[in-house]
Amino acid sequence: MHAIYPLTLAALLFAVGVYGVLARRNAVAVLMAIELLLNAANLNLVTFSSLLRDQFGMGQVFTVFLITVAAAETGLGLAIVLLLYRNRGTAAIDDARELGEDGALGLRRIPQQADGEDGAAGRTTSPAPKAVTK
Amino acid sequence: MTTATLALWLPVLPLFSAAALAAVSLSGRARAAVPALAVLPIAAAAVLTFVVLFGHGTGAATESRIRYAATGGPELWLGARVDGLSALIAVLVGVVATAVQLYSVSYMAHEERYTSYSALISLFTAAMLVVVYSTDLLVLLVGWEVMGACSYFLIGHHWERPEARSASIKAFLVTKFGDVPFLLGILFLAHGAGSFRVQPILQHAIAQGGHGYTAAGAILLIGGVMGKSAQIPLQTWLPDAMAGPTPISALIHAATMVAAGVYVVARLYPVFLVTTAALWILAIAAALTAVTAALSAFAQRDLKRILAYSTVSQLALMVGALAAGGRDAAIFHLMSHGAFKALLFLGAGVIIHKAGTGDVDELATQSLRRKLPMTCVTMTIGLAALAGFPPFSGFFSKESIAGAAYDTATHSGPTKSLLGITPPSGIGWLVLAATLLTGFLTAAYALRTWWMLFGPLEHGWFRSAVEVSSRQPKAPEPAGHAGTAAEAATAADATTAAEVAAAGEWALEALVAESLREETEAAEQAAAKAKSGPEAPRAELLPLVVLAAITTVFGFVGLNLGWFATWLGDADGNAYRASAADAGKLIQPDGAYHLAPALLSTVLALIALALGLGLVLAAARAKPGTDPNHVLGFLRKPAFLGFRADDLQDAIAVRPVQVAADAVGFLDTEVVDGYVRGSGAAARLLGEGLRRIQTGNVQLYLTGVLTGVVVIAAALGFGR
Amino acid sequence: MTTRALTSTTGVEITFVLIGLLTFGAAILTVTVRNLVHAALWLVVALGGLAGCYLLLSAEFVAWVQVLIYVGAVAVLLLFGLMLTRAPIGRTTELDSGNRWAAAVVGLATAGVLVSVIADAVRSTWFDPRLTVATGTAKSVGSSLFRYWVLPFELLSVLLLAALVGAIVLSRRDVSADADTEAEAEVTEQSQPKAPAQATEAEA
Repeated sequence: MHAIYPLTLAALLFAVGVYGVLARRNAVAVLMAIELLLNAANLNLVTFSSLLRDQFGMGQVFTVFLITVAAAETGLGLAIVLLLYRNRGTAAIDDARELGEDGALGLRRIPQQADGEDGAAGRTTSPAPKAVTK
Repeated sequence: MTTATLALWLPVLPLFSAAALAAVSLSGRARAAVPALAVLPIAAAAVLTFVVLFGHGTGAATESRIRYAATGGPELWLGARVDGLSALIAVLVGVVATAVQLYSVSYMAHEERYTSYSALISLFTAAMLVVVYSTDLLVLLVGWEVMGACSYFLIGHHWERPEARSASIKAFLVTKFGDVPFLLGILFLAHGAGSFRVQPILQHAIAQGGHGYTAAGAILLIGGVMGKSAQIPLQTWLPDAMAGPTPISALIHAATMVAAGVYVVARLYPVFLVTTAALWILAIAAALTAVTAALSAFAQRDLKRILAYSTVSQLALMVGALAAGGRDAAIFHLMSHGAFKALLFLGAGVIIHKAGTGDVDELATQSLRRKLPMTCVTMTIGLAALAGFPPFSGFFSKESIAGAAYDTATHSGPTKSLLGITPPSGIGWLVLAATLLTGFLTAAYALRTWWMLFGPLEHGWFRSAVEVSSRQPKAPEPAGHAGTAAEAATAADATTAAEVAAAGEWALEALVAESLREETEAAEQAAAKAKSGPEAPRAELLPLVVLAAITTVFGFVGLNLGWFATWLGDADGNAYRASAADAGKLIQPDGAYHLAPALLSTVLALIALALGLGLVLAAARAKPGTDPNHVLGFLRKPAFLGFRADDLQDAIAVRPVQVAADAVGFLDTEVVDGYVRGSGAAARLLGEGLRRIQTGNVQLYLTGVLTGVVVIAAALGFGR
Repeated sequence: MTTRALTSTTGVEITFVLIGLLTFGAAILTVTVRNLVHAALWLVVALGGLAGCYLLLSAEFVAWVQVLIYVGAVAVLLLFGLMLTRAPIGRTTELDSGNRWAAAVVGLATAGVLVSVIADAVRSTWFDPRLTVATGTAKSVGSSLFRYWVLPFELLSVLLLAALVGAIVLSRRDVSADADTEAEAEVTEQSQPKAPAQATEAEA
């Protein structure tokens, strides 16, 4: 097999992950994109392990390690997202803008459309009493 | 102690006096000792100058010097060079300074700053003695500059008055303007000769002739001469310097400081003799100055300004004499002029204190002849000497100048000279013509002054014009002569047409007269006391009498052929010997050494004198009761304004400097500060711009970071 | 025309390309769909596709670990996260309208740089994954893990312990949890005045 196929796939997956990290508003969606990033790296590792055929099997071992780390990170990340949600009532990243300056370039928020099926869950845009608003 | 060593330490005496007076002034105690501290050291110094003079006698120049600084180049020596010139001039300085200090004891008694005043006079005397005796040109320059500084302080003594302040600054700046080429000239001469001392410089000039450094030095030195001795184009400061106290005018602006320029030329005479261009410059400037200043003196209304312009004119005669090869004649005139001009100024001081004003037209109404008999006599002697009336000293000295000029012009008589160079005959003719014309004008204004002060004058037009002008609403303080004529003319139209015409014609002078009244309170008290009391205190009259006596007697010194010349010595420092004249070993034309009246020049001078006197008498007869200078006609206004020299200087020098200063100020606040402010503004703008990126949105930050990473990766990946 | 066996290198390439396309498409959909749950599900597909890629590259142990952990645990964890943060179910306007284009540019740039560098680097590199089948087994990986990589292994277990403890600490409700509970109760009371129990249930 030509080495370019898996490596290209890894690169493309990485690019997609970058896009997802930068473009998604919901924190959990960002975590999903981060998974893509990690998996792209994993694919790279496995490819080179197969390509180089080293005696320690290092590529695959590291892949396993990376999977483990990714799982740990996702767990902790979700815990943080949960805290974020509890404090603000919303899991949207671009609502957490306390560090911003007045008059900075604003990123216009698209108001969430009401979805009739899910009226029971309540919109999370209205902040809970403990939320810190600007 | 040799004579030269005595001369070296002589300036310490007035310096000590200045220091003691400064100490008294600063501590505020022992005020009673001030007159003694002022007069006695100066008198002692004057006596010592006589000792130096007689000690030196008729020998060659002697020097006593201490090496001051061994520099890599020409060395600096603190020394005294005593030759006839320096000995004689030092005597003049000592005598006049003593007279002035004695006079000031009573004249300035009511002033609260008398202590610092006399300290400055003592310091000035010390500086002048340094200039006179110094053997090293740089030390001479130090004395020169200290004199300029003292002149600044003393002219501005009444610094409450704005005209005194501006006059002192003007004097300082104008003379400094000439001092820059003066310094350069000294440096050139020293570079050429390898030393700053006078003797090597003179020898270098005699040996090398008039080119290169010598010529350049001579021409540059003329700048300082013109500044200090108030020749065209730097003559504008002297008339305005009359805002200072009168004894200052007597000391500084008649006898000593303004003589320093002439003195330096005489001291370095071989340098000038070999540089024909310098002689021409001096001659032309002198001729112009003499005539225009005499005309201006004729048209002035203030007594002191008349005397100031007269000083300028007489100094021009001395400079002209030097240009024409007549060093002895110039020094002779310098000494006699110093005596009678100091006499005239001190007498003017007495008159001003008595009458409360310096305006001759008002003084004409005061019948001073009756009130001030002794002053009248002494002033008459002084004015006669000024006019060149025989047998007073002015006649002999002015005639000797004419004789020297005639001699150079015609090259008649034995003209042996060491250098084989005599000044061009053109200079001789120019100086002769200027001397005769100036003599004519001098006689005229001297008689006019006498007429206005002491002569019979009926009250007529003139008085009414003055009264008319004084009845008008006072114009604001006359800031300058030229600008207020229009205002005065428009203000004077409340009375009849004739009076209006008269008032308009004389309004300019009337306004000036208003400003000349001594308006300080102390002066008014003194004036009140003086008006009623005796003529003048003895301390003021004694110097007058002494100077009048000198003026009467001194002229006869010139009668004996070679008598003055032997005391004066030769220009290169050797003694004058008649045998040297026969052997052709003199530094300047032989005829210039003989000051005795020669027939032709004497006759011409007497004719000029008679013409001048007659002119004024005729003018006085023609219009009794008016100022005789109406004969000037259309020249009167320009002459009164000094031929607008002030305006010319203002346009050439003052305005451009002010414009440049404004431009520099503008550049500083707008351009340079603009950069400073701009850098601050730029930082602030940059900060505000960057601030806008801080949205608080983490994804935006991350986008930026990743963009940077991609760029770096691309650079690394492809930038081989 | 020669037949292409699946296990021949060219066959492996073709299979890899197909699975790769699947994975890539699923990844794209993960980050672009407007439905969060669908995004999670598409992520599952992508991760599964990657497991297939690993198989093709003869890393079978890694492939199954991938399925087990990623698909089995992490994806479920993500779904739980969606639930606990009350993520909007159904179609929403989720994408960041402002940063979207900048993100696209960065993503494209990243792709471009990486792909071109890789293409330039591996222009003539072929390898045969069939040769490393033996090193991809569980036995091989396990022995390698416990022989050469035992120290990182232990460290990793400590890491997992730390992550576990950390997650519990972060997400537990302690002293201020009472106020939280009341606040949650108020919020839910506004929308569901009659079912506070369900809200607290959901929180737990």
